[in-house]
Amino acid sequence: MKTAQIAEKHPLDEIIRADRMPHIWCPGCGIGIAMRCYAQAILDSGIPVDQQIVVSGIGCTGRVAGYMNIDSYHTTHGRAIPFAVGIKLANPALTVTVFSGDGDLAAIGGNHLIHAARRNVDIKVVCINNFNYGMTGGQSGPTTPKGARATTAPYGNPELPFNLPYLLAAAGANYVSRWTTMHVRQIRNDILYTFTKPGFTFIEVLAPCPIGFGKSNSIEDGLAEMFLYKERCVLVQDGDVRADELGIDLRENLPIYVGKFIERYQPPYQSIRMEAAG
Amino acid sequence: MNDRVVLTGFHFMNGDHACAEGAIAAGCRFFGGYPITPSTEIAERLARRLPEVGGVFIQMEDELGSMASILGASAAGVRAMTATSGPGLSLMMENIGLAVMMEIPCVVIDVQRGSPSTGLPTMPGQSDIMQARWGSHGDYAVVAYAPASPQEMFDLTILSFNIADRYRVPVLLMADEVVGHMVERVEIPSKDEIETWQRKHPDDTPGEAASPFMVNDPDLVPPMIHAGDGYKVHFTGLTHDELGYPDMSAETHDKLVKRLMDKVKRNSSDIIRTEGYYLEDAEIAVISYGCTARSARHAVREAREQGIPVGMLRLISIWPFPIDVFQELSNSVEKFIVAEMNLGQISLEVERCVKCPVRGVHHAGGRMISPEPILDAILGVAE
Repeated sequence: MKTAQIAEKHPLDEIIRADRMPHIWCPGCGIGIAMRCYAQAILDSGIPVDQQIVVSGIGCTGRVAGYMNIDSYHTTHGRAIPFAVGIKLANPALTVTVFSGDGDLAAIGGNHLIHAARRNVDIKVVCINNFNYGMTGGQSGPTTPKGARATTAPYGNPELPFNLPYLLAAAGANYVSRWTTMHVRQIRNDILYTFTKPGFTFIEVLAPCPIGFGKSNSIEDGLAEMFLYKERCVLVQDGDVRADELGIDLRENLPIYVGKFIERYQPPYQSIRMEAAG
Repeated sequence: MNDRVVLTGFHFMNGDHACAEGAIAAGCRFFGGYPITPSTEIAERLARRLPEVGGVFIQMEDELGSMASILGASAAGVRAMTATSGPGLSLMMENIGLAVMMEIPCVVIDVQRGSPSTGLPTMPGQSDIMQARWGSHGDYAVVAYAPASPQEMFDLTILSFNIADRYRVPVLLMADEVVGHMVERVEIPSKDEIETWQRKHPDDTPGEAASPFMVNDPDLVPPMIHAGDGYKVHFTGLTHDELGYPDMSAETHDKLVKRLMDKVKRNSSDIIRTEGYYLEDAEIAVISYGCTARSARHAVREAREQGIPVGMLRLISIWPFPIDVFQELSNSVEKFIVAEMNLGQISLEVERCVKCPVRGVHHAGGRMISPEPILDAILGVAE
């Protein structure tokens, strides 16, 4: 008689805090997929794990810091970026990644986002965009499409959302790309690339939030949103779409542009140093 | 370049600059701040000085980011501080709470001005005293000192770093516009004479079993692990267990918050600093701190010349409040006078600790309290 083989060890056990599982995310949520890509990139990077630091803010994506088995800082709402700036400038040898959500980074933390990009501080930002505030139960936020429904937009969102790549391009980031959680190879490759890409880098990852966003906007579950990505994603090559055309409205039958949008080679922020003290 | 670290010698220097030099001498190598009157000279001085000593100066986009940046730097093992005034301190409260919860040492200089709101930007105040203690949400404990001279701006900045590191707690230096902008003689000792205390580090080597918030010592302070040390630690503002992991239970919460409070209380004799004048035979005691203590001392001296048995207790540390000192003092003193440039913040604390009448000499801020109203109060209670 055959017995089921239970895997004793997962290849990412070293990088993910298995003792923290099960995670808090809902069925169909995309955050875990993106986190797995990040863990894979760390493993594949060859950068000593001790030198990899993750900083996150508050919200569903903010919980990523607690699940990564590296030095991790789960900070206050919106302040992951300035906290990460402090770590990086204090110890430039560290690879510092900010892993947080669209509400955390672009609303309450929006000022820090644009200023860190303007300074071109050498931190790596992965922004999970699920078009709403998931943890508090599906409120509208800075990325919610105009007209989309949310618990705090019961008549439809009256506001226009941010086009994040356009914002980051204008602010001065050295690298800006966008993928969806369908693009696991590309997310892993991009995170891996940005580890050694000097300056401020920004990867937007569109992720399903079936409980928070989907249920109010006729996207029935996580899988339905993945199919939607599959049908509508268009790969941008060589900047053939202008940054101001990169806005997204999941509900309309419009292309969702993905790919690398901006690559610059500006020197990263360096604090002024005179001769080293003796 | 070594001689540029500690500027040993006698200087004629304002309090803000003395604070900046104290920070450099204490080993502060990261400043993240945002310009605000009357603290800006601290940032300006450090913008010039930190690059000379291999440190980092960054002007952040606001005080929310300033406070977060110094916590990041300190978490990476570098002594870090910021400087601000009332409106900026309000914004920093969010991450002062995070510093308490994560037990990240940091120093916050508040050069107080007339408040509330934008208030009197260029004029003095002492009205952030209760905010320093309770301004962030929740039950917590911090340490605060109140310098009364440019010399103390130097000395107490060093002490602030030492206390912050020893107890893994935010320390606020509650200066005011008067001591910040006043120019006086400041003596900077030699490098060897400046005492700096090191953070407690874990004894064990990095491994899977690191418990970064496990407390084994009677001081209730866990050893500090820095980013990149190899322990794979988790720091969170959520209620957490000894592993640093979030634990959403009332029991863990109660245990953690009580320890964070008790940590400061249990070590208060090492933290508290007071100074007495003519207290041996005093029946009346004047309590004061910061710039107001200068006027109070003048008034007490004049009253003594008139034969009134009055003494003075200067609070060099404000928080934790020196309850024991007051209880002992109230065995011999019959009347207390509290002089402070606010409408009664420390006077409420004094009332809480002593059994006899407490009279306040208060002013909402904008100009220093002169010796006359304090002397009038002494003469009034002496009748």
